[in-house]
Amino acid sequence: MSSTVEREPAHVVIKRPRRMPIPLLGWVGIVVVAFWLIMAVFGPMLTPHPAGEVIDPDGFGPMVPGMWLGSDVLGRDVLSRIMAGAQTTVGPAIAATLLAVFIGGTLALAAAAVGGWIDTALSRTMDAVISVPSLLFGLVAVAALGVSVPVLICTAGVIYVPGAFRIWRSLAVNVNAMDYVSVARERGEGMPYIMRREILPNLLGPVLADCGLRFVFAVLLLSSLSFLGLGIQPPDADWGSMVRENLPGLIYGAPAAIFPAAALATLTIGVNLLVDNLPGRER
Amino acid sequence: MRPLVEVSGLHIAAVDGRGAQTPIVKDVSFDIAPGEVLALIGQSGSGKTTIALSLMGYARDGTRITGGSVKLDGTELRGLPARALQQLHGRDVAYVPQSAAASFNPSRRLMPQVIESAVVHGLMTRREAEAKAIALFAELALPDPANVGNRYPHQVSGGQLQRLIAAMALLTSPRLVIFDEPTTALDVTTQIGVLRAFKRVVREHGVTALYVSHDLAVVAQIADRILVLNQGEMQEIGEAERLISAPSHAYTRSLMAAARPPERNERPAAEERKPLLQVSALTAGYGRIGTNGMPLIPVLHDISFTVPAGHTLGIVGESGSGKSTLARVIAGLLPQAKGTVTLDGATLPPSLARRTRDQLRQIQFVHQMADTALNPSHTVAEILGRPLTFFGGLRGRARDRAVAELLDMVRLPAAVMHQRPASLSGGQKQRANLARALAARPRLLLCDEVTSALDSVVGAAVLKLLAELQSELGLSYVFISHDISTVRAICDQVMVLYAGQMMERGVRRVLSSTPRHPYSDLLVNSVPELRTGWLDEIEPAFGLESEVTTTFPNARACAFFPRCSVHIPGRCERDTPPIQHLSKGADIRCHRSENELRALAGTAVAAEV
Ligand SMILES: Nc1ncnc2c1ncn2[C@@H]1O[C@H](COP(=O)(O)OP(=O)(O)OP(=O)(O)O)[C@@H](O)[C@H]1O
Ligand code: SF4
Ligand SMILES: [Mg+2]
Repeated sequence: MSSTVEREPAHVVIKRPRRMPIPLLGWVGIVVVAFWLIMAVFGPMLTPHPAGEVIDPDGFGPMVPGMWLGSDVLGRDVLSRIMAGAQTTVGPAIAATLLAVFIGGTLALAAAAVGGWIDTALSRTMDAVISVPSLLFGLVAVAALGVSVPVLICTAGVIYVPGAFRIWRSLAVNVNAMDYVSVARERGEGMPYIMRREILPNLLGPVLADCGLRFVFAVLLLSSLSFLGLGIQPPDADWGSMVRENLPGLIYGAPAAIFPAAALATLTIGVNLLVDNLPGRER
Repeated sequence: MRPLVEVSGLHIAAVDGRGAQTPIVKDVSFDIAPGEVLALIGQSGSGKTTIALSLMGYARDGTRITGGSVKLDGTELRGLPARALQQLHGRDVAYVPQSAAASFNPSRRLMPQVIESAVVHGLMTRREAEAKAIALFAELALPDPANVGNRYPHQVSGGQLQRLIAAMALLTSPRLVIFDEPTTALDVTTQIGVLRAFKRVVREHGVTALYVSHDLAVVAQIADRILVLNQGEMQEIGEAERLISAPSHAYTRSLMAAARPPERNERPAAEERKPLLQVSALTAGYGRIGTNGMPLIPVLHDISFTVPAGHTLGIVGESGSGKSTLARVIAGLLPQAKGTVTLDGATLPPSLARRTRDQLRQIQFVHQMADTALNPSHTVAEILGRPLTFFGGLRGRARDRAVAELLDMVRLPAAVMHQRPASLSGGQKQRANLARALAARPRLLLCDEVTSALDSVVGAAVLKLLAELQSELGLSYVFISHDISTVRAICDQVMVLYAGQMMERGVRRVLSSTPRHPYSDLLVNSVPELRTGWLDEIEPAFGLESEVTTTFPNARACAFFPRCSVHIPGRCERDTPPIQHLSKGADIRCHRSENELRALAGTAVAAEV
């Protein structure tokens, strides 16, 4: 009996989703970001000079062989310090981003999947948190809890939870309305399964882009705190605190203040290029 | 007389990023004489719209005309400069798209949008354009022609919007009008009015038209000649009359067969079987349930029916009649406000959360759009495997084997196991969707418009598969469709829904025999018959929609009252119609007695089908 049913007409073409090529600017972003990530891991081991060693008695020295980016206010090698500072800049920012995305994303998935008053309560709470200016929040938190790397990470993390929550929630609500989520519900699947297996995989593309942006925000926030003297404390230095300590050098035309700022700029622009050109973003 | 349109040896190819070409239209030649309506018919993907657009001098994004010529009144359109094309579009060629809703700006009134193109092209003044538009509105049987233009798009129905866009197209008296599936998105009852309006203006204005459709019966009503297209190749072209009565090409015959699938054999009467699903006095809707026990937006009112084991209940009704809502209530997605749902003698808890896993397993929902019912980031094996694990505890090898069996059951090659839904065709997706439901080893499938998004040929194959699965596995179906011929092809019993109320209920035969409930009558008689001249024979008054009234003076009124051609004034809008039993074996909700209905049945065409 079953043999009488026609199979799908043979002419039906099986469509394969085309893999989108990554545009040139995307590659630039990838290279820049990869460079700084490698620096963040290996930078401290590769520095030409120890990052804390005073090698130029004068300070604010020019760019010369051996000190390719000049020396800083105390006469330390700027190149070495930027390389070593990559870790203190990128590390806490990544940690803070992961924290924000993990908390915000989980709450958002729960809000979208459960809906109802839980969604409302979470959304309103996040609105309240997001209304506090982030730098102010950071200053207060650091003033109250003291400066340490864990406090910085948690502060930046908490600040970016509502942003992550909002984006994730709006994406998750759309996916949640799809029939396949309804199918899983009809089957009686539990909330964790629906969040993890049905909704999450369909968010990854756009959410990855959001992680990148949030990372940029975290880098800039932590650097701002450092610039204000409330971030990473000496003798460690991130790029923000390097800009701050070398600011006087601007008067002498010393390159010491420029290069840490340039490093920050390349990192943030690189991440932006990367996330803007992620494959499958325009759809 | 020289043809207005001359297409010869037309080749169009899709060109991908790397420049590789896939032919989508191959060596197509035809012409259209002035005043003639040529229909272009074929399944989706057969190149209909591509050809239609080429008559406007366009190639769709990613396609290129690779050979042949397209002439409008002797002027070659290929390679015409953009300036000339613009002129052409404003004046000589007009296009009526499938979805008028997408073509109107929802935040502007209709009249300025209807006349915009004509005025911008400087073909007439605003005043002239408005006068002509109003005349066209009247000809197209729009309600209140003088003022309808002051409304916003959401204030008119889908069928009216479709007529408004036709008015926009006809405003400049173009020499060629292209209708691209203009009634496909409409209910049959709405379609009939739109078709009739189109036909009248086409005839009276001597419009030359290309009418693109996948529905032979629709095309038979309006076209002079028909061109059958398959895979971008011409199969057959000829006079509509001849082509319909004596199709010479095998493909045309298969199209005709698919358009009106054969009815299945009568099976043992319902009473002899044990009821599997029993729904009684069901009332449901959306929004918070108020103090009177009614939801904020009530949709279903007092619905009762049973589905015997191994049988199929068809539910028909126009869009918005509450068909999907009913399925959602049965599945537990939407708890009802009143009434009970019983499966195999046990009352089901209203909400999903309180149903047992076994109860959930026994009822499976097959969603309308396979596109959205299959998770795009899972492979077919994962999609089918999850219910196997969840309900049957299958893992590893055993699960893989079960997946392969399911694929075989729905006649899909085992190779699709590792593919994701995006790489499957529409028909394949719907089969995978079905296999996903079967994986739970259900006893009842809720099929919501499962073939509506598919081409008739592919849809007919899915219907056949459903029938076979039923006899192999003893499944019961609740089969929802707005298409009566589909319901006739597969169902043992039918229920006709209007505005959430049961209007008629009985074995399938009740739809084919009179007397019927006036609404069933309207539905049945609105389905175009596969012969030319059908549209001209039916009563001019038939199917004419009155303005949709959603607020009744009286909540007890017959819901169908505003549209009923045989209503009893003073009674139907005041008292709740009783449910009565007709001798043909149907229950209907109506004030009219069987004898009265029989006597009145002649008001529409007495189409014994
Ligand atoms: N979530 C919702 N909230 C409020 N109203 C809704 C909701 N879903 C549907 N409705 C309304 O309920 C009514 C019935 O809708 P339903 O989807 O059941 O119709 P249908 O018969 O399946 O129509 P179609 O043939 O277009 O699928 C409609 O008036 C619709 O606007
Ligand atoms: S009750 Fe009256 S209005 Fe309703 S269907 Fe019957 S005759 Fe028509
Ligand atoms: Mg529906």
